[in-house]
Amino acid sequence: MSEQVKVPEEEVVEARSPFSEAWEMFRRNHAAMAGLVVLILIVIAAIIGPPLYAVDPFEMVWAPFSPPGVDGFILGTDYLGRDLVAALLGGARVSLIIGLAAAFVTVAIGVTVGALAGFYLGWVEEVLMRITEFFQVLPTLLFSMVIVALFGASLPMITFAIGVVSWPPVARITRAEFLRIRELEYVTASRASGAKNFKLMFSVILPNALPPIIVQSALMVGSAILFEAGLSFLGLTDPNVVSWGQVIGSNRQYILDAPYTVTIPGLAIFVTVLAISLVGDGLNDALNPKLRQR
Amino acid sequence: MSEPLLKVENLRIELTTRDGIAPVIDNLSFELNAGENISFVGESGCGKSMTALGIMGLLPEKIGRIASGSITFDGEDLTAASEARLKEIRGNDISMIFQEPMTSLNPVYTVGEQIAEVLRRHQGLSAAQAWTKAIELLDAVRIPNPQARVSDYPFQMSGGQRQRVMIAIALACEPKILIADEPTTALDVTVQAQIFDLLRDLQAETGTAIMLITHDMGAVAEMSERMIVMYAGSKAEEGRVDEVIEHARHPYTKGLISCVPHIMQTLTEERHKLTEIEGIVPSLREFGRNNCLFAARCELVEDRCLSERPPENGFGKTQKAACWRAEEV
Repeated sequence: MSEQVKVPEEEVVEARSPFSEAWEMFRRNHAAMAGLVVLILIVIAAIIGPPLYAVDPFEMVWAPFSPPGVDGFILGTDYLGRDLVAALLGGARVSLIIGLAAAFVTVAIGVTVGALAGFYLGWVEEVLMRITEFFQVLPTLLFSMVIVALFGASLPMITFAIGVVSWPPVARITRAEFLRIRELEYVTASRASGAKNFKLMFSVILPNALPPIIVQSALMVGSAILFEAGLSFLGLTDPNVVSWGQVIGSNRQYILDAPYTVTIPGLAIFVTVLAISLVGDGLNDALNPKLRQR
Repeated sequence: MSEPLLKVENLRIELTTRDGIAPVIDNLSFELNAGENISFVGESGCGKSMTALGIMGLLPEKIGRIASGSITFDGEDLTAASEARLKEIRGNDISMIFQEPMTSLNPVYTVGEQIAEVLRRHQGLSAAQAWTKAIELLDAVRIPNPQARVSDYPFQMSGGQRQRVMIAIALACEPKILIADEPTTALDVTVQAQIFDLLRDLQAETGTAIMLITHDMGAVAEMSERMIVMYAGSKAEEGRVDEVIEHARHPYTKGLISCVPHIMQTLTEERHKLTEIEGIVPSLREFGRNNCLFAARCELVEDRCLSERPPENGFGKTQKAACWRAEEV
């Protein structure tokens, strides 16, 4: 197949900030844009869904196992006769909040550890990297289950548990970027103009190390959502809020009788995580200078 | 005569290498007076940049250290100064510009932010004052349309412009000393001339002393009153530029001068053979030995050169050379 080579239109050589250049790259990536649109829809649904669809996801509103579309329940009811649409909308909030908050915790711990290790080197690096490796070899699911079981299944604790087990990759990426960037001339130039260590770390080196960290944290949101689903599937969830994993977990005994009760929240998780991954991938391409403007 | 602004005495800088500890700078002494312009010349690997980094207190961490000697700046010994004190001095009293303007600016900040940063750090200016001053500085380093260019990112500027920005950053706080480490090596000849012109004019305005590190003899002749020729971590020759160029007392200096290619008035069929100094700078392992380190490349070598390091001898008022046979050169 021969594609017609499109001659680029005469472009005005105009100064663009790195941000607008990255956005331009991102916009050309169809998969990433699709992911972004889906993600925005999910966020909108999570925000305006519950007030608009005023059904308590915990309330038994109808007979159990009413299939989707029957009796006016678009997605049907679960084993206790609770409305699945309400569960899905409520669960979207919890999933997104936990995903974002856990990614934030992950990045906060990971960047701090990685920055200190990559900047100070020597024994600081040794100690911090050994600690990172220690956390990396822990079985993550088991460790977070222990934390949640010990300190109680509340949303903040679940967020914390996910964050505490997921930060090592971020720390390692941050450290690697710091090791590379600290040797560059503009860092020496900043030193030569009298910049203090804190300044060098967080306002000279860190902004240049951000692209891979941003990508990693975007992907982190997706894996945190999966993680939360896994924990709540196992029953380690805040009983006062509805979440997608929890719906799957509580309906799992009836998986053969009413497959839709687990398929629908499962699909919701799948679509959300896929959308986030596509956005993360798009960011990777947009922020990676090597892939730019081939 | 009053105290020199910067006085380096018997400086020895050691680097830890795989083969052990090597003195990259060995027993170096020199003085720099306020407002003076001095050049450091020599091939790559002779310790010119190390001297500069040593003065700035920016030797490679964990690898380089000042083993002995002193660096006295304005009556204060920098080798004994705390890191916090050095941070006050850097960029404020002594600043530095680097070889690679393409990579010496932080790509994520506008040039204005980077100039303003130094002013806020050392002069305590407000953000708005610093920004105004940044525009003035860009104008001073002759960047056209400074009001607009101040919000440019480094990648929007050419190499010459970036070096001008580096000079603006370095001179923002009106330092007493500006160390220019091969500031024009990466630039076109025409731009080189502009940068040197700029440096000279700014020096005349501000009275900053310039320590120019270069391997371009032409630049030395253009810029400086005095020059120091470095070879393998030590001073080979020192003196007033005109005197040294007129009559070099060290075979190495002589070699360097004769290596400068000349533009011929008429092109003849056969080109002149370019002069070169045979051999290379000895490896770090050989630094600090008690012989003349240039002996292996020297035409005038004799037994004494291989067994004992030549002391520094004075010639005339200012010229000094470390060679056994300096009289004959």
